[in-house]
Amino acid sequence: MPRNRSARPAALGVSVRRVPSTQHTSRGASALRRRLVVGALVVLALVLISLSFRSGADGSLSGVQSAGATVLRPFAVGVERVSQPFRDAYNWADSLFTARSDAEQLRAQVEDLRQRAIQNEFAIQENAYLRRLLGYRDGPRFPRDFRAEAAEVIARPDGAFTQAVVIAVGSDHGVRVNDPVVTPDGLVGLVTHVTPGTARVQLLTDQQLAVPAIDLRTQAPGIVRHARGTRETLVLDRVRKQEIVRVGDELVTAGWRASGFSSLYPKGIPIGEVTSVGQTDTDLYQQVQVTPYVDFGRLDAVIVLVPLDSSR
Amino acid sequence: MSAGATLRAAGIVFAAAVLQAGLFSSIVVRGGAADVLLLVVISIGLLRGSVPGAVFGFAGGIVVDLLTLDTLGLTSLILTLAGFWAGRYAETTARGRRLPVLLAVGVMTVLASVFGLALHYMLGEEVVAKQALVTALVPTLVLNLVFALPVHALVRAVVGERPGFEPSGEVELVV
Repeated sequence: MPRNRSARPAALGVSVRRVPSTQHTSRGASALRRRLVVGALVVLALVLISLSFRSGADGSLSGVQSAGATVLRPFAVGVERVSQPFRDAYNWADSLFTARSDAEQLRAQVEDLRQRAIQNEFAIQENAYLRRLLGYRDGPRFPRDFRAEAAEVIARPDGAFTQAVVIAVGSDHGVRVNDPVVTPDGLVGLVTHVTPGTARVQLLTDQQLAVPAIDLRTQAPGIVRHARGTRETLVLDRVRKQEIVRVGDELVTAGWRASGFSSLYPKGIPIGEVTSVGQTDTDLYQQVQVTPYVDFGRLDAVIVLVPLDSSR
Repeated sequence: MSAGATLRAAGIVFAAAVLQAGLFSSIVVRGGAADVLLLVVISIGLLRGSVPGAVFGFAGGIVVDLLTLDTLGLTSLILTLAGFWAGRYAETTARGRRLPVLLAVGVMTVLASVFGLALHYMLGEEVVAKQALVTALVPTLVLNLVFALPVHALVRAVVGERPGFEPSGEVELVV
């Protein structure tokens, strides 16, 4: 690095005059010019930023910017068109590198969407089911002297020993023990236990439940109860041999009333369809097998028939 | 700079600005994109000095801001300082270093990101520091370092080096 020192030897008493260095002066001017230029550019940039920021989209500078963008637009369009194949090539190559992670991500999305689709399907089915409940409640088949208390099934006790469900209405809603429970398809069972907010419903498929029923076509009476050794099959018991019952006949609740007493179940609630009829010489009664209308494995909501006459 | 060199430098800066806005900024690798305009400005600063670096940085920034309709002057301010710093680096402490281009590009990429983040933050724009300084910075830095030497060679071939470019001994702080 040049130090700008004179090579002339200094001697005591001799005045030595330093020659002003032109290089040094030139460098000073250069540094000044450099500072001025960069200072001016920085200030100009700051002014532009301030004006652009303060004027916003409708300001005076936006017009300048729009004009500049318009002038530059052909170049931008040209670059866009020229670079499109390169961009496509890059995207293609990039997609190869990210294919594995993309596949995993898409797999997760598919799983998520599948779950949502299942939930939506459930919601649709539930909606249709609830609409049917609503239609049944407001329809002509709904028994008189009762009001409907719709309830969601919130629990299913272990089915190994008992056939029951827990519903989300209770005594606070007017539900009492022995209130019948139905769906639009038919009879479900009977309320056997009530709390203020919930109730337990013994299903028709429980061993303990028996319902007086008649053949809708022939009026042949009998008692519907659970068929031992099966899960959801019922039998129409106590049908005398002289009564006529055929396969395909519809069974409904009998709804008897005698000596001031009445059946717990209103008359005419569908129970099921006769699927087989048989009899032996030794038996006193016919053997009538019944398939219930209600699918007890898919109970989501039910209707409790609350008697209007509270003294019942 | 001669008129011819100035025109050639203007041409390459303009092309770099248009390509940066139209092509390179859209090629995102691992969250970051190469900043070719920054590389060109740094190369001009290293080859032609601090004043040309600052001037062409300002001009290139204006073109980018016009093309992207960003806040006018924002990119200009960053690139002005980048070009100036690169020029001063070449004029002073770059002497004797083996890879001044890579060093300048590495340092300026980081500083430009931090400075850009600070400017956007001061302007009240939504900026996520982690995105700018962690997610995008590392791949941008790598890409800039990869492109640094080819771009510098291109700029050297087009613009040329300042004749009699003699580094000075003085060091000054500008910012």
